[in-house]
Amino acid sequence: MKHKNEGYSREHLAYLKKEKKKKITVTLSRWLVLVVILGIWELFAQLKVINPFITSSPSRVLKTIGDLYANGTLFYHIGITLAETMAGFLLAVILGYAIAVVLWASETVRKVAEPYIVVLNALPKIALGPLIIIWVGTGYDAIIFMTVLVSIIVCIMNMLSGFIAVDKTKLLLMKSMGASRMTTLRKLIIPASLPALMNTLKVAVGLAWIGSIMGEYIVSKAGLGYLIVYGGQVFKLDLVMCATFILCVLAGGMYGIIALIEKRINKN
Amino acid sequence: MLEFKDIVYTYHTKTGETTAVKDLNFTVDDGQFVSVIGPSGCGKTTILSLAAGILSPSSGEVIRGKGEFGYMLQRDALFSWRTVEQNIFLPLEVKKRNTPEKRERALELAEKYGLKDFLKKTPSQLSGGMRQRVALIRTLAAEPEILLLDEPFSALDYQTRLEVCDDVQGIIKSEKKTALLVTHDISEAIALSDKVVVLSARPAKVVAEHIIDFGGNNPKQRRECGEFAATFEVLRKELGI
Repeated sequence: MKHKNEGYSREHLAYLKKEKKKKITVTLSRWLVLVVILGIWELFAQLKVINPFITSSPSRVLKTIGDLYANGTLFYHIGITLAETMAGFLLAVILGYAIAVVLWASETVRKVAEPYIVVLNALPKIALGPLIIIWVGTGYDAIIFMTVLVSIIVCIMNMLSGFIAVDKTKLLLMKSMGASRMTTLRKLIIPASLPALMNTLKVAVGLAWIGSIMGEYIVSKAGLGYLIVYGGQVFKLDLVMCATFILCVLAGGMYGIIALIEKRINKN
Repeated sequence: MLEFKDIVYTYHTKTGETTAVKDLNFTVDDGQFVSVIGPSGCGKTTILSLAAGILSPSSGEVIRGKGEFGYMLQRDALFSWRTVEQNIFLPLEVKKRNTPEKRERALELAEKYGLKDFLKKTPSQLSGGMRQRVALIRTLAAEPEILLLDEPFSALDYQTRLEVCDDVQGIIKSEKKTALLVTHDISEAIALSDKVVVLSARPAKVVAEHIIDFGGNNPKQRRECGEFAATFEVLRKELGI
C-alpha cells in the first residue's frame, strides 16, 4: 500500500500515525530489553557481584570472538557447523518431502508406515548416538546423519498433513477431468501445499541446529558445538558463551531468511 | 445423449451397505437442460458420478452418447495460485490438449462471456458470482458435450444466485450444450430446465418427470409466468414437502 498523505481524512492520518508509533515502540523496546540485559550482565561482572570466570561477560565474549578471529579459527568453526546444518537441513527436507509424496500416493503404504513414524518421532534421537558412531564413523557425515535423523520425521509428518489437507472439492475437480495421480500431484497438491512447505522449512531449520550441535557433542573435532563442549571441559566459559552467542545469531539469521522467502512467495 | 437404464447403486462402508439408487430410469436428450430434484441425501451427487463414470453402477447401464463430460461443482474450486486465465487453461493441461488453438478458443469463450478484463487477476479479486462464471468457462474450455452441474449455485448468496443461475443457463444454451443439473431448489429447477425429474427419498427412483416449456427459454420470464407457481406446487407435493 502506498502512503499518500493527501487523499486521506484527518482521522485516518491520526490512525496511521498511531500505528506507526506502536511499531516504533515495539522495535525500540526489543532493543532496549537486549541492551538492559547485556548492561546488567556486564555491570555485575565488572563489579564482581557475579563471578565472571563462571558467568563470563559481554566484553569477555567479544574479546573471545576477537581472539578466535585473530588466530584464524573463527570462520573455520562457524563454517563447519553451518555446512553440517545446511547439508542436514536440505537432505532432511528433500528426503522428507519425497517420502511424504510416497505416503500420500498410497494409502496402504501410509497405514503400514504410520506406527513406525510415530515411534521414530517419539524416540529421542540422541539415543542412537553410539550406533551412529559405529555405523557411520566419527566424521562430518555422522553429524549430518544425526541432523537428518532429528529433523526428517517432522518434515514427513508436516508435509503429509499438508498434502492430505488439500481441499476435497479441488481433488474431485481433478478427478472429474480425468487427471492421473501424477498430474494431480503436480498441478494441485504441490502448489496447494506450499504454505505447509514454508512451515516445514521453519520447523526443520530449528531442528537441524539441534541435530548438528547434538552431533558435534557426540563426535567432533571442530565446529561451534565442539567449542561449547571443549570450553565446558576446560572451564573456559568465555568460549562457551561466545559459541552460544554466535549460534543465536546464525539460527536467527537462517530463520529470518526463510521467513523472508515466505513473505516473497505470499506476495506473488 | 445420456440414458440411465435400470440403474442400481449400492455403496459400502464398514458399518453396512446402503442402496442409494434403485431402478432409476430417465433420459437426457441432446441439447436438453434436465434438472434432477429430490429430498436432501437422496443420492443426487451419486447420479452425477454415475453419469460421468467416476462410479460404476451395481447393476443396470448408463448409455452415453458421443462427447466428453464437464463437471461443475458446488464450490468453484478455483486455484488461488493461478490467474483466472491459468485456471481456465487447467482442463487443457490436465487432458494434455494445451495447444495454442485450444487456448485461443478458451480465451474467446472467456471474452465472449465478459471475463476479458479479469483474465490476469487472481480468483481472490473476484466476486462469488464472477468466480462461478470462471468455473463454468473453465468447464467449457475442455469442450465437453454434456455438462454435469452439482448444485453449482448453492454456495452463493440469494441475489448472486439468481443472477449467476440465469447467467449460466444462458451460456449453456447459447453454446448448445446438454446439461444435467442436480439441485434441491425447486424454483431453480423450474426456471432453468427443459425437463425436471423428481426423485424419491433413498433409495432414489423417479417419481415424476415434467417437461417445462412455458415462458420461452428465459429464466427471468419464466419466473414471471402464471404457470411457475402452479408447477412449483405440483413439484412440492411430489417431493412430499
